[in-house]
Amino acid sequence: MSAEKNPSTTANGGTNPAVDGSELIKFDNVTKRYGSNVVLDNLCFDVSSGKHVTLIGPSGSGKTTILRLLMTLVKPDEGTIKVAGDYLSHEEKNGKLVPAGERHQREVRKNIGMVFQQFNLFPNMKVLRNITEAPVHVLGLGKDEAEQRARELLEMVGLTDHIDKYPSQLSGGQQQRVAIARALAMRPQVLLLDEVTSALDPELVAGVLDVLRDIAHSTDITMLCVTHEMNFARDISDDVLMFDAGRVIESGAPEKIFTDPEHERTREFLSAVL
Amino acid sequence: MTWDWSAVGDFMPRFWDGVLVTLQALVLGSLIAFALGLIWAMAQRSPLKVVRWPVVAVTEFIRNTPLLVQLFFLFYVLPEWGVTLSALTTGVVGLGLHYSTYTAEVYRAGIDGVPVGQWEACTALSLPRSRTWGAVILPQAIRRVVPALGNYVIAMLKDSPMIAVIGALEMLGQARQFTASTFQPTEPITVVGIAFILIAYPASLLMRALERRLVR
Repeated sequence: MSAEKNPSTTANGGTNPAVDGSELIKFDNVTKRYGSNVVLDNLCFDVSSGKHVTLIGPSGSGKTTILRLLMTLVKPDEGTIKVAGDYLSHEEKNGKLVPAGERHQREVRKNIGMVFQQFNLFPNMKVLRNITEAPVHVLGLGKDEAEQRARELLEMVGLTDHIDKYPSQLSGGQQQRVAIARALAMRPQVLLLDEVTSALDPELVAGVLDVLRDIAHSTDITMLCVTHEMNFARDISDDVLMFDAGRVIESGAPEKIFTDPEHERTREFLSAVL
Repeated sequence: MTWDWSAVGDFMPRFWDGVLVTLQALVLGSLIAFALGLIWAMAQRSPLKVVRWPVVAVTEFIRNTPLLVQLFFLFYVLPEWGVTLSALTTGVVGLGLHYSTYTAEVYRAGIDGVPVGQWEACTALSLPRSRTWGAVILPQAIRRVVPALGNYVIAMLKDSPMIAVIGALEMLGQARQFTASTFQPTEPITVVGIAFILIAYPASLLMRALERRLVR
């Protein structure tokens, strides 16, 4: 089954030359098991360039596994994943698909940035170096250029004053905003957001969501978002995918899913979380 | 039994020779133990079995056999294979090698203590292995194991008299030789005992200062 219903509406002015206006991410019959537990069951879906897609569903339904597959933190048992036209966990050798080597994965993964539930900032580095570390050592940017980019991003997330602090000196919300800046510093085409506000105190959630809204509306970055913040999902999403037991059981525009879902499971889930 | 100050004076030249050997064994042995232990610990996390298994086998073997046996082996068996080292070099290598298998365990605990999210963040940023280890994992891991490493420095100091058996005469070895010719054991051995405290205590203060600097 294909969860993407309207792939024709996606061209966004050719700002992502790696894709021809269509699928930036493509899951093709992906199955992932942990032991006998099937987490993703022959999953097919794709995300068009520039789209913001939210994954919702009960815990254990496979949403986070999708992000972890994209981040190559886990490997699919069956099926293939393509990012910007390249296989992610496979590579082609002599016309055959073989499991990808580290180098190939690294290259494809450079298109993808991720923000984690637990921030995962490097506690031994100051804010500035948290952001410049990868641009300098992965993209090969000069130090000055990387720092300039970091300052711009810190301004965008409203943390210019904290550039010389260690993560432990920041609040959770501030740390998460640094983590967002760190991910964006790699100029990824896709930003993965894994329950980015779940570990935050309630009063800090709004600041982080505001930053993400801003990014969603002011850039053409593609977002794949796992969240329990349904209002946020409604605000930024072009598409919402409802997961249950490793399958997409319903998908569509947020207005449709949140107000008039077709599936009984979606109704149950939404009434539980809204 | 009487205390003979002149015996202390007679012992002094030999004593200073011994102090020099003890300090060399301690400092160089520690450096080897710290560096080699880190290599063992990282190799044990290698994705390659051909790296992991031999390292586990060798370190387990070394950790579970006596230092004394290893010293004899290095000193008497290696020359049969054409490798001849001086007594002091053999002692330093023996101490360092033996204790590297302990520091490897310390590093391993430190590395295991770094949250898995740190590795995941490195993957997410596509950091190369060298930066993942050098800039992210090890700085965090080592910081939390400095106190435990410090303990092994003191333990190594206390094991250093063993290298006298292969002829590297450190403080205690010198004291025993002195005693053998003068039949005055009390003075040299007392001096050596005090000297051990005078080395161990500042060493542990130094490690504690290092710990304070590193733990944030």
